[in-house]
Amino acid sequence: MRRSPLVGVLQETSFYGAVAFFFVLAAFPFYWMVITSFKTNGDLYNVSNIPFWFNDPPTLEHFRYLFEKTLFVTWLLNSLMIGVCVTAITLVTALPAGYSLARMTGRSGEALGIGIFLTYLVPPTLLFLPLSRVVTLLGLQNSMWSLVVIYPTFTIPFCTWLLMGFFKALPVEIEEAAVVDGCSLFGAFIKMAIPLSVPGILTVVIFTFTLTLQEFVYALTFISASDQKPITLGVATDLIRGDVFYWGEIMAGALIASIPVAIAYNLFLDRFISGITGGAVK
Amino acid sequence: MVAIADSVPKPVSRFRFILDRRDVFGSLLVAPAILYVLLLVGVPFLMAVYYSLSAYTIYDPTWRFVGLANFVDVVENPAFRQTLYNTFVFTFGSQFLGLILGKFGALVLLRPFPGRKFVRALIILPWAVPIALATVAWQWMFDSLYSVINWTLIALGFITRDQAPNWLGTPSLAMLSVIIVNAWRFFPFAIVIFLAGITAVPQDVLDAATVDGAGFWRRNYQIIMPMILPIVTIGLVFGIVFTFTDLSIVFLMTMGGPIGATSVLGFAGFQTGIVSGDVSHGAAISLFMLPVLLIVVVVMLRFIRRREI
Repeated sequence: MRRSPLVGVLQETSFYGAVAFFFVLAAFPFYWMVITSFKTNGDLYNVSNIPFWFNDPPTLEHFRYLFEKTLFVTWLLNSLMIGVCVTAITLVTALPAGYSLARMTGRSGEALGIGIFLTYLVPPTLLFLPLSRVVTLLGLQNSMWSLVVIYPTFTIPFCTWLLMGFFKALPVEIEEAAVVDGCSLFGAFIKMAIPLSVPGILTVVIFTFTLTLQEFVYALTFISASDQKPITLGVATDLIRGDVFYWGEIMAGALIASIPVAIAYNLFLDRFISGITGGAVK
Repeated sequence: MVAIADSVPKPVSRFRFILDRRDVFGSLLVAPAILYVLLLVGVPFLMAVYYSLSAYTIYDPTWRFVGLANFVDVVENPAFRQTLYNTFVFTFGSQFLGLILGKFGALVLLRPFPGRKFVRALIILPWAVPIALATVAWQWMFDSLYSVINWTLIALGFITRDQAPNWLGTPSLAMLSVIIVNAWRFFPFAIVIFLAGITAVPQDVLDAATVDGAGFWRRNYQIIMPMILPIVTIGLVFGIVFTFTDLSIVFLMTMGGPIGATSVLGFAGFQTGIVSGDVSHGAAISLFMLPVLLIVVVVMLRFIRRREI
């Protein structure tokens, strides 16, 4: 079948048009973050200026204000602290659980695994009322440590499921050989399985971190003190004075918080997808 | 000979012996995770159910049982019925839009072109970055005065400045705005799901169909679509769960307004239960998510089981 050149050109044009559409759709809000955060206020709030580029020279004033006059650095450190603690709790619980579920033969292992994973689907908006009572009982109201306690409720199910898939792909023969050679089951787990699962552990670390950075609902519910907020909550709710939005600062903060998550996601995307689809696709 | 005799009589403690039973050891390893989830998801879930059946508020912390009275109050409230309706519009509107964008985005990304990897990496961004931060960027883009969208429409001559829509201040437009933001957040996820599904379809099946005379659309709808249905369903289930129970987009962009036009279940539960302290009614509102979640769980289980066979 031969096509006329005109049809070919039309097809090419519409294809690249579609590429451009998706490109702009996905990237424009981030471009908008970047350009807003480097613009002077005079440039931002002048509707006769063309908004897509700099009419005044770019400025670092918003970033300076963010770092010097707001709690931005505190929020950054809070998020880091929360991320490290939640990752530690998640690894200590999910690593053995994932291993055990992968090696448990028969229906019980599979059923337990699915059961744990389904709890990942129980939404924060259903649990925040009782959990805020639990947080009060623990004496952690209005403290970032409440998030350290609560965030593992969704990172443990997710990472257990992820690691279960990972351990299933590891050949069981290596551990069996170790046990035959006189190693205890615990020893086989510590000395054989864990060293082999370093890529899986790395994935868990990255995802736990990004999941804690993305979380908003629990942070909003439990924390109102400005100096206890994680970065996402702080940037989204704390840079507004009365009715005035500090758009330059908000966009600068959003940009800084988004970059590490964006990079991590792109590097680990395939594992994430095979994690949530439960290996429905090879 | 000596070596064998040496290695056998090792003193083994009773504790060690129990740990080396496979079932005991396995249960011990899985116990901390199960315990954590039971204590902080299972128990709170039951508490939420009990809250909704009690007269519990933060001002009157008695656990008096009132039966279904809270649910009756909630359903009789027209604002709640509006909220329930909004939640369905928000969920299905944004999932529908997200799926269409995802399907076409996947078709575009399937074809090799220069810079495809870069475009793919960028397209993932809306789903990767924290939704609260992206929502704030959108709020700025929908600003009543400095909206870049309105500026563009005016510059292109579609509208004049006094006709410029107030995106977040008009009920129907506010709903459209939150749907757009949520669809925008989910379409990269849909693309990735579609791509994963389509690339898993064996090429020889497609070749055979082509030889048998199936055209592009026929291959698309009679071969690829049925084959990728399981993975698309799982993706959709995630999208529905996270949208139906969402709070952040509405909270940050519209606060449920104007006049309740974008109030959704998660937001209403938050306002009633946390902000106003009426825990029992808040729990009752939140529990309206449960039927949808249950349906979703059943669908998930069915697909997971089918995969096993």
